Amino acid sequence: MHSIFPLVCFWAFAIVATGAALAVITLRNSVHAVLALVLTFFSTACIWLLLQAEFLAIALVVVYVGAVMVLFLFVVMMLDIKMEPLRERFIKYAPLGLVVAAIMLIEMLGIIGVRTMDVRPGPNPAGVSNTAWLGQALFTRFLLPFEIAALILTVGLVAAVVLAARTRTDKKHQNPSQQVRVTAAQRVRLVKMRAETGAETPLPREPQA
Amino acid sequence: MIPLAYYIVFATVLFCIAVTGMFLNRKNVIVLLMCIELMLLAVNTNFVAFSRFIGDPAGQVFVFFILTVAAAESAIGLAILVLLFRNRGTVNVAEIDSLKD
Amino acid sequence: MIVISETILLAIVLAPLAGALLAGLLRNQIGRAGASTVTILGVAVSCGLSCWVLYQLVWGGAPNFNADVYTWFTVGKLSLHVGFLVDRLTAMMLVVVTFVSLMVHIYTIGYMADDPGYQRFFSYIALFTFSMLMLVMANNFLQLFFGWEAVGLVSYLLIGFWFERPTATFAALKAFLVNRVGDFGFVLGIAAVLYGFGTLDYGSVFAQAGTLDGTTIEVIGGHPWSLATVICVLLFVGAMGKSAQVPLHVWLPDSMEGPTPISALIHAATMVTAGIFMVARMSPLFEHSETALSLVLIVGATTAFFTGLIGIVQNDIKRVIAYSTLSQLGYMCAALGASAYAAGVYHLMTHAFFKALLFLGAGSVIVAMHHEQDMRRMGGLRKYMPITYITMWIGSLALAGAPGFAGFFSKDAIIEAIGESHRTGHLYAYICVLAGVFVTALYSFRLLYMTFHGKERFTVVGHGQGRTHAKTTSDEPHHAHHPGELEHPPHESPWVITVPLILLAIPSVVIGWPTVAPMLYGGWFGSSIHVAQANDVLGELAREFHGPLAMFAQGFVSPPFWIALAGFAVATYVYLFNPKIAEQCERILLPVYRALVRKYWFDELYYNLFARGGVKLGRAFWKGGDGALLDGVMVDGSAAFVARSAQIVRRLQTGYLYSYAFAMIVGLILLLGGFWYWGLH
Repeated sequence: MHSIFPLVCFWAFAIVATGAALAVITLRNSVHAVLALVLTFFSTACIWLLLQAEFLAIALVVVYVGAVMVLFLFVVMMLDIKMEPLRERFIKYAPLGLVVAAIMLIEMLGIIGVRTMDVRPGPNPAGVSNTAWLGQALFTRFLLPFEIAALILTVGLVAAVVLAARTRTDKKHQNPSQQVRVTAAQRVRLVKMRAETGAETPLPREPQA
Repeated sequence: MIPLAYYIVFATVLFCIAVTGMFLNRKNVIVLLMCIELMLLAVNTNFVAFSRFIGDPAGQVFVFFILTVAAAESAIGLAILVLLFRNRGTVNVAEIDSLKD
Repeated sequence: MIVISETILLAIVLAPLAGALLAGLLRNQIGRAGASTVTILGVAVSCGLSCWVLYQLVWGGAPNFNADVYTWFTVGKLSLHVGFLVDRLTAMMLVVVTFVSLMVHIYTIGYMADDPGYQRFFSYIALFTFSMLMLVMANNFLQLFFGWEAVGLVSYLLIGFWFERPTATFAALKAFLVNRVGDFGFVLGIAAVLYGFGTLDYGSVFAQAGTLDGTTIEVIGGHPWSLATVICVLLFVGAMGKSAQVPLHVWLPDSMEGPTPISALIHAATMVTAGIFMVARMSPLFEHSETALSLVLIVGATTAFFTGLIGIVQNDIKRVIAYSTLSQLGYMCAALGASAYAAGVYHLMTHAFFKALLFLGAGSVIVAMHHEQDMRRMGGLRKYMPITYITMWIGSLALAGAPGFAGFFSKDAIIEAIGESHRTGHLYAYICVLAGVFVTALYSFRLLYMTFHGKERFTVVGHGQGRTHAKTTSDEPHHAHHPGELEHPPHESPWVITVPLILLAIPSVVIGWPTVAPMLYGGWFGSSIHVAQANDVLGELAREFHGPLAMFAQGFVSPPFWIALAGFAVATYVYLFNPKIAEQCERILLPVYRALVRKYWFDELYYNLFARGGVKLGRAFWKGGDGALLDGVMVDGSAAFVARSAQIVRRLQTGYLYSYAFAMIVGLILLLGGFWYWGLH
């Protein structure tokens, strides 16, 4: 019982994930496809849980499902994409795609071979949770890559904003660089004017004392 | 316990589905991006499985980085997509052939 | 005892060169008279010193001069010099060359008087004299080769002197190319000498000549040939080119396109005898190769007879003499082949005098006839130009070997020497040279009769009658006239032309008397000429020699005299009294006549085989090698290959993302397949 349950779970999640993946590539509606992708991620995350990789499974859900997939959904919904012309040659290339995929699958399975069938997982590191295990590695051996990854994420963030942000022309906004470079002459304009003579409208005479 | 081969075969199937998807939806950039995500997922699954079976955290750290980079990639990719659509009015790959020139 | 000094020899060589350079480079500054003066002065100095050198060598008891005056370069053990070897052979050649050259220089003043290239001509002939002197005075093979090539070059320049005439440039080119064939053999021969002896110095080479016996060389792998034969045959090939022996004789008749003075100087008296001189000089080598001497004998005899035959049918006065030259060169060559080197060289000397005389006489006639060279439009000239007439008779008698004249002594000696020889082919050679005597007499007197005797076959068109032509002073006056029409009656040439004729006529008559005894039979040449004991035919003859007078008397009963007399008689009868017979003979012997007129089709053969063949070969290489292979396949082909492959590869760059993705996937599949098939290890 104890050994059967994870297997059943694996099969269930694997079937769901595979089916959802197939849905991703076949669904006509992009929104539905994104949702199917979300399902795939969820199922895969569950399989990762079976592998006792709890941290990554949660990260997958949080990062991918929570952020990236939402971004996908957002973009798909925001863009007014006509899907019909994009799928006109769907059938034409289906056989080629299937053949290529089949060849690749056979090759990969051939490489994997039957030897791996009996490989059992080694013992879990004693007394350490997956998160701690991973964290120890991440912050010791892989500290520098970790920092670089952070940098990459920041760059990606900035890049995405710069790329996608549209400069609005109908909006008033400040330009700090121009503000800094301004000179006194630009700020104050001295205008020379002729002094009023008052000849045309003579001052009212002061009442004679 | 579930043998290693199960995970690997699962990842392989997922990968091949993604490849097929690239053929089927070769014109839709969004679906292409999603197929790439699928491939990454398959690869990540392999990493996690091997890491677990070998007992080395490096594999999982690698997955961590892949997730990070893939997230950044998705963000930038989608940003590019948005720009593309804004400028060309389409996400049809067949119409994006400026690289040829 | 007076020793010949280096300074004098240098003066002999350099005086004509100085004249040539002055006349050539400063031709506008020194003018026409200046050009002729400096060159004549140079050659006169040279001639005087040469006579002095000869005198000192022969009568003054001076020893031979053999030293290097300048070291050109030294490479390893090989050291190349400019040096002089002056012995009696050289001294004789010096005198002959400079004397004939001087005569020709003087004569040229008259002959070329109207020519715009006057200074150029003087420069060339003085340069020729320098080259020829370098050739004969050389003490090593390389200097010999230098002189050899230099005279060839000047010959080319002078044949093509009237370069506006296509025929002249063609003849010049032909002479140059045919000489190249000979020179190719010559330079190979020099290389063989270097290979065999390790030095190019005459003295060292001749000293080692004894080692040649039994030495072999494998020119073609597996066939050892005697080194002596290889060297001598190759050197003789050079001599064949320069001395115009069959089958490399074709250039000499055509060289008559040049002005007559150079025909006399270069193509009769001196340059063409360079081959004879060279073989005589190399006698120590040639004596070691029976085969090579046989070849020399047969080639010489063939040339002597068959080219003489052509002379009978020629109508151009200069060409008749040119073929006569060929024939006489054949005699000299045959003499060399019979090991009678002294006889060959002796004939060279006598021939130089009377052949130069004949050519200059012909030139005198040509000038008188306003550059008409066709004997069919001459005749009866004796009353117009008596001096030319008499001197030409003298020259012809000497050429035909009339007893007492210069040619008699030398030619008789040659014929007897060949008769005595036992070398392979001596019988053929003997018959050829005897028949040649008849032929020589026939064409010599035919020339005289057609030119000076008989009816006048030209008309004088004086001023004011018939068509008048504008007076032409151009360089080609004979084109301005109709054939056979002269503006003025022919007249005797000026003194600058007749004086050389007379000066040359004198030795043509008398040179034989004092020289025959010492030069032919007295071992006059001493160490210059080496003859092996077994081959010494002249030594045999010397035993029967009892002085020139006895030889003179003997001459009247010897076969050559009667044969020559027969030729004289035939010529006299046919061309003086009954010219119709000649035409009848032409008809009867049409195939023979045609063969002679076409010069045995040598020109056609060479033209079609070598010239056309060369052109075809060149065209094949041009079209096939250069055009098709280099340009087509390699140059254009590589470009086209790049273009075509780019055409194909270009399709891969569609600019579509999915194409690139597809390529990546295909690559991945291949990679996976590779891993799967060959394994990961």
